[in-house]
Amino acid sequence: MIQINQLSKKYKGAEIFSVNDLNLTINEGEIFGLLGPNGAGKTTLISMLSSLLKPTSGSFSIDGMNYKDHQKELKQFIGTVPQEYALYPTLTAKENLMYFGSMYGIQKSDLQNDIQGHLETLGLSEFANKKIKTYSGGMKRRINLIAGILHKPKVLFLDEPTVGVDVQSRNVIIEHLKQLNAKGTTIIYTSHHLNEAEEFCSRVAIIDHGTIVCQGEPKKLIAEHNGAGNLEDVFLEKTGKALRDYA
Amino acid sequence: MHKLLASAYKEFLLLTRDIGGLAVLFLMPLLLVITITLIQDSTFNTIKQNKIPIIVVDNDKGEVSQNILENLKSSKMFELSEQSNEKLVQELIQNGKYQLAIIIPENLSKDLNQKVSENVDGILAQFGAIEDSLPHKTTILQTKEVKLYFDPATQFSFRNSIKSGIDQMVSKIETQAIYKAFQEQISDDPTEQIFDTESFITFKEIIPNAGKKALIPNSTQHNIPAWTLFAIFFIILPLSINMVNEKNQGTFVRLRTHPVSYGTVLGGKAIVFLSVSLIQFALMLLVGIYLFPFLGLPKLDVSGRLPLLFVVAFFAGLAAVGLGLLLGTIAKSQEQSAPFGATFVVILAAIGGVWVPVFAMPKFMQALSKMSPMNWGLEAFYDVFLRNVGLSELVPEISLLLLFFVVTTVIAIVYYNRKNAV
Repeated sequence: MIQINQLSKKYKGAEIFSVNDLNLTINEGEIFGLLGPNGAGKTTLISMLSSLLKPTSGSFSIDGMNYKDHQKELKQFIGTVPQEYALYPTLTAKENLMYFGSMYGIQKSDLQNDIQGHLETLGLSEFANKKIKTYSGGMKRRINLIAGILHKPKVLFLDEPTVGVDVQSRNVIIEHLKQLNAKGTTIIYTSHHLNEAEEFCSRVAIIDHGTIVCQGEPKKLIAEHNGAGNLEDVFLEKTGKALRDYA
Repeated sequence: MHKLLASAYKEFLLLTRDIGGLAVLFLMPLLLVITITLIQDSTFNTIKQNKIPIIVVDNDKGEVSQNILENLKSSKMFELSEQSNEKLVQELIQNGKYQLAIIIPENLSKDLNQKVSENVDGILAQFGAIEDSLPHKTTILQTKEVKLYFDPATQFSFRNSIKSGIDQMVSKIETQAIYKAFQEQISDDPTEQIFDTESFITFKEIIPNAGKKALIPNSTQHNIPAWTLFAIFFIILPLSINMVNEKNQGTFVRLRTHPVSYGTVLGGKAIVFLSVSLIQFALMLLVGIYLFPFLGLPKLDVSGRLPLLFVVAFFAGLAAVGLGLLLGTIAKSQEQSAPFGATFVVILAAIGGVWVPVFAMPKFMQALSKMSPMNWGLEAFYDVFLRNVGLSELVPEISLLLLFFVVTTVIAIVYYNRKNAV
């Protein structure tokens, strides 16, 4: 489904590559977790795959479509849920979703039904006409998710979709993503919640310094590493315990 | 089209949700035009109706100084008070107690009369009108200087108009002295009127109206177009701030993942902000027509011109929106867009001739003025308001405004696409 070949990104003025000669294949129907410490290159990789960032070198294709030649088709094919809320605070949830849905070319009547359905599933229907600025962090995260899936994407990129939310909101989000995956959406997500990734993902890749240091099914990775009781142990073994502070 | 309309609707919602911002957007331009017109109109009336207090130091005490004093009194512009101490007068002017002091030099009457008499005698002797065996006498007299002291705070234009008025008055007195000297030489009867000393050439102001109804230019007819245009261009501030906010909120980034062109996103903004500028314009006209007379200001005359005025406002609004879209695309923060936008509009207004007429500018600035969209808009408004032109005469100016919109918007789109090329 997604084929990444020697993909690299070096930001202007930076001394090192954020993503360095990365190769990766993600299969259709997978829930793929991109894990790594701060500054490892997860968001940069997701941004390139979402057509937000130009790679320095290398290439990738999604469903056989090269990113350079099929930009418009790819935008219709993929969905992106950014780490930021990326919503209009003074508009209501419904107005935000109607707008972003319209930008995918979805007609008003179809959109209204879909929005209603998503809001109900994510427990937000009674707040549909409230302005986003009155929402809690967890509620905003859920609206942020809906805005990225209104056009029923075949591939969904999520950059830390459960960061800063309570356990209940996280549970609802993960359950909704599982439902989407069950309907055929391939999911690629980044997270710092390793327990969540261990339980949620069919496969993970641990990235550090822009390259993949290991990848595979979570359970297999844990089994392959002596003494590792969970994914966090594997993660620390592969990326070290040194703090990763960047300024 | 569906995406464009959805974008425009979103912009409409964003605008209407910010009631404070909306009030500022509509009320501030109205406040601006009312304030400026009130100030200009009252200044005009003050100069016309109120007298300017001036001091005169009469060191001459003669016929000429008397004549000057009478002329000053009869001009109705000045309220005269006399002083004898020039040093004290200087202090009063320096302190701003008076705007002007006139110092009439000693022996002005005596020397002027002597100079004129000698000149007249000389002329008449040349023509043999004086049968005098004595040779013609010429005394070397020092030029007399009427000193003017101005309050340092008075404006250059005020000084110039006063200097020109006094110069005119002194010339008239000098001419009359010459006539009088001739009369004394030619006739023995002082009551006999040989010369008509009244001015032969007078001025009459005619307003060219090309056979149409004559329009009397007044502060309203001048201010509404100038300041309305200023307000229309100020739309670049809220528009660019709106775009910078979208960047900060992350919504612009989200839109980049959608299959929607930047042109469509800008189109939605252009529709709404152009509508805002047209509503602003309509409000300005309503204020000029209905509110100004209540404030004692001249009523705005739009009779027969309304469609053309809206045509100009539409294209001026387009030019302003184009500039706002470009600024919003390039600016990264409100700290960049707001001060730059405000200052740039003021510069465009200055160059465009909103404050100082273009003809009064130096040559270089006049050339620069021709490149200001505000100048094109202002000229188009003046054409409609004051020159009674038709649509065909407006074509050059509105074409330039349209071109400006197209160019700025295309630059914005190209810049955005290059910046975000993947």
